[in-house]
Amino acid sequence: MKRYFHNFGERVIEGVLTISGTVTSLTVLLIVFFLFKEGLGIFNQSPVAEGSAIVVNNQNPVKELSAKELKEIFDQNITNWKQVGGQDAPIKLFRIDDITDYYTEEQIGKDFEYLPQRLSEVVAKEPTIVAFFPEQYLAKDFQGHRINLENISVSEFLGGTEWYPTIQPAVQMGVLPLILGTLWVSLGAILIALPLGLATSIYLAEIADKRVRNLLKPVIELLAGIPSVVYGFFGLVVIVPLIQDLFGLPVGETALAGSIILGIMALPTIISVSEDAMRTTPRAMKEASLALGATKWQTIYKVVVPYSMSGISTAAILGIGRAIGETMAVLMVTGNASVIPHTFLAPVRTIPATIAAELGEAPQGGMHYQALFALGCILFLMTLIINLSVDFVSAKRKANR
Amino acid sequence: MNSIETKDVHLYYGDFHALKGISMAMKKNQVTAFIGPSGCGKSTYLRCFNRMNDLIDGVRIEGEILIDEVDINNKNILVDDLRKHVGMVFQKPNPFPKSIFENVAYGLRVNGTKDKTLIEERVEKSLRQAALWEEVKDKLKKSAFELSGGQQQRLCIARALAIEPSVLLMDEPASALDPISTAKIEELIYELKENYTIVIVTHNMQQAGRVSDSTAFFYLGELVEYAKTKTLFTSPKDQRTQNYITGRFG
Amino acid sequence: MSFSQNQSINNSKRLAQSVAFTIFKLLSFLVVAILIVILGFILVNGASVISWEFLTEMPKEGMTAGGIFPAIVGTLCLVAGSMLFAFPIGVLSGIYINEYSKDGWFKRFIKLMTNNLAGIPSIVFGLFGMALFVNRFGFGDSILAGSLTLGLLALPVVIRTTEESLKAIDKSFRIGSLALGATKWQTTSRVVLPMAFPNIITGLILSVGRVSGETAPILFTVAAYFLPKLPTSIFDQVMALPYHLYVISTSGTNIEASRSMAYGTAFILILIVLIVNLLANWLRRYFSKKVKMQ
Repeated sequence: MKRYFHNFGERVIEGVLTISGTVTSLTVLLIVFFLFKEGLGIFNQSPVAEGSAIVVNNQNPVKELSAKELKEIFDQNITNWKQVGGQDAPIKLFRIDDITDYYTEEQIGKDFEYLPQRLSEVVAKEPTIVAFFPEQYLAKDFQGHRINLENISVSEFLGGTEWYPTIQPAVQMGVLPLILGTLWVSLGAILIALPLGLATSIYLAEIADKRVRNLLKPVIELLAGIPSVVYGFFGLVVIVPLIQDLFGLPVGETALAGSIILGIMALPTIISVSEDAMRTTPRAMKEASLALGATKWQTIYKVVVPYSMSGISTAAILGIGRAIGETMAVLMVTGNASVIPHTFLAPVRTIPATIAAELGEAPQGGMHYQALFALGCILFLMTLIINLSVDFVSAKRKANR
Repeated sequence: MNSIETKDVHLYYGDFHALKGISMAMKKNQVTAFIGPSGCGKSTYLRCFNRMNDLIDGVRIEGEILIDEVDINNKNILVDDLRKHVGMVFQKPNPFPKSIFENVAYGLRVNGTKDKTLIEERVEKSLRQAALWEEVKDKLKKSAFELSGGQQQRLCIARALAIEPSVLLMDEPASALDPISTAKIEELIYELKENYTIVIVTHNMQQAGRVSDSTAFFYLGELVEYAKTKTLFTSPKDQRTQNYITGRFG
Repeated sequence: MSFSQNQSINNSKRLAQSVAFTIFKLLSFLVVAILIVILGFILVNGASVISWEFLTEMPKEGMTAGGIFPAIVGTLCLVAGSMLFAFPIGVLSGIYINEYSKDGWFKRFIKLMTNNLAGIPSIVFGLFGMALFVNRFGFGDSILAGSLTLGLLALPVVIRTTEESLKAIDKSFRIGSLALGATKWQTTSRVVLPMAFPNIITGLILSVGRVSGETAPILFTVAAYFLPKLPTSIFDQVMALPYHLYVISTSGTNIEASRSMAYGTAFILILIVLIVNLLANWLRRYFSKKVKMQ
């Protein structure tokens, strides 16, 4: 009997442990579920600003426009209906304020009580008009038809070059500048961090004597522990003004500032991972090289570095991963302009910074909210690729031994 | 003529006195074997000849070591020059993760040889000397790891020979190999002594008896007895040598 | 006196070595110098701000004066909350992975997922915490939601340290215990865990350091811009040190005037990291001495 309970107890403990063991897997699955559930919703929503109506004259054959076309029309980059599949006629723009060009205040009414009717009249009167106004002023017997905005497509979302998630009349949600901005800043960071990190790890693993190593190692570990917001703050008060003065820029918040800070932040990862890799070089192999009359340096670059190449690539990938996902420091120093990057000396905006800066203002369930979750999906996929390639590289390394 | 000569060599690992006043001379174009139980200092002593002990922190060496009449611990001697002159083969085969060809060419390349035909000639010559050429001539570009353990060890010998040293140190070169590969290596040692002075550390007394001209027995950091191999094995003078070769300890 | 035949080759390869080594040495010291500059800059500028008032008072005058007391308390709450969640689950999970799970696809899957969780950017945790804890579970912006989010972030760190600490214990101890008729759990709890404990606790302390400085996960789950009172329940919002630093250095009412407050806050954040690191090192040394004495 006692034995039975004994076994039972063991079973219970094993059960508890198993459940705990699955928590991380469960979390990852839940993260994927929620990100994609919210994020994919964006492709089912009309990009027209919520509570607004876009209407044209009844004779106008145009029934649908894309968000991009609508924006171009209101920016007066498209000025003829022909360009969007209509008749050859110039487009007449109408915003709610323009009503005063047609009617006096009296005709509209003190409390805008006649406004719906007047709007209807204007649209009926002007065959080439496109009008944008709040939905509440849409009369029941409206003389004209509403334009349907096409839902945003995956290719528009990923390939669109404009990110104006709150603009009227139609929001623009092209994330290409954000994706490229993220990669751009990370690329800069790795260009700074990799040479520095590699040099340091070679120095620590192979050159420095024990005392120096024991002194430098904890200092570098400390570098890893400093919160990103502190790095961001340092960047903001030191690096940003420095860049501004050095290059004579109007603003110092640039991709370069982000890359420098991210590079510094990626250093500890790169150093410790590649140093560990170099330390696994078998002593026998180094001795063989030295015994053949190679200098220490020849041994390092002909034997140690090639031998630890997969570890070094893991370090580089992890460094990039850290840079891609970093939020606060980037948010604070890159200036956050959503333009496709072409230089390191201009502001740039990354995916994490966009989420951090905008989620607070995006109403839950709205299109902007969903777009930010969709950005989260993209970020998640980017880091997933990175994690998997690290797994792949290290699995290969194990297989090679 | 003496190829290696040491006078009163002491070696300390920190406080540990690992070699206690070793004086001996090894003749040119002869095979000298070092035997003794594990930890007796024979490998440590061998590693003094190409200053491999420099790599270990806290090692201090006293006394004089002359190789071809040059004091190798002299400040003017550059250690990589010395190591070019004194080749070494290690206990376990340790080829580089490179092709067979590049393994042998490595020593030449790091010592500044750029001439391609010279390198090719030298690689072939060394592989022939190591009795490996026939087995690998069609797969020189293949990774060295594709060879068997015995072949790898012969590759390591070829690699050491390629830079034309005058002394070849072998640190238990057959201890990780099967009997057939061991026999091949022993045969090779016999052939190589025509051109090289060979010092071999071994655990295996039969091996010492088969390959060496002279044998030195080490015990607890001391050189107990050094004599012609036949003499040492048939009529040892010291009781400790007697005990060791009859298998009473070790 | 030399063995060498070709002096110029020897010279050039030695020159290459000394040039390379000098460069590496300089770059390494540059890296360390960067760190020292960052630390020094903030510590020097921040030290003059630190006072009893700064640590114990509410922010005043649009966060340009007064103290950061509520942010300190908030961060303490979040650290405690997240560890309460992450520590037990993480340790149990680590025990499961290293001691109980059998090799196979399930173990590989769990390890892969743990690795992936560790690689997910902190802002994605923020998104997730907002979607699940704040909205779906209806916790609202609260200590509970923030702690759970931070806890998930710390989980892989705790699991990995536990796993590695357990892995370092030699198999013979387990076999010895099992051979005496002890059950698996008895072996784990009485032999393996006590030996691994010092390293596990060190890992826990380091994850405290990480959690205390995280900003992105708490942006949308708990952090308050300005809330000059202390929390009374786990459903309250709080201010937190890292978010406070972000706010007063980028979007405060008067950024220039609140700069000294920002230096002070950054000082405290770095101080936490320093203390955590020193404590971890000290514990590691303390325990390893103790083990040796036994």
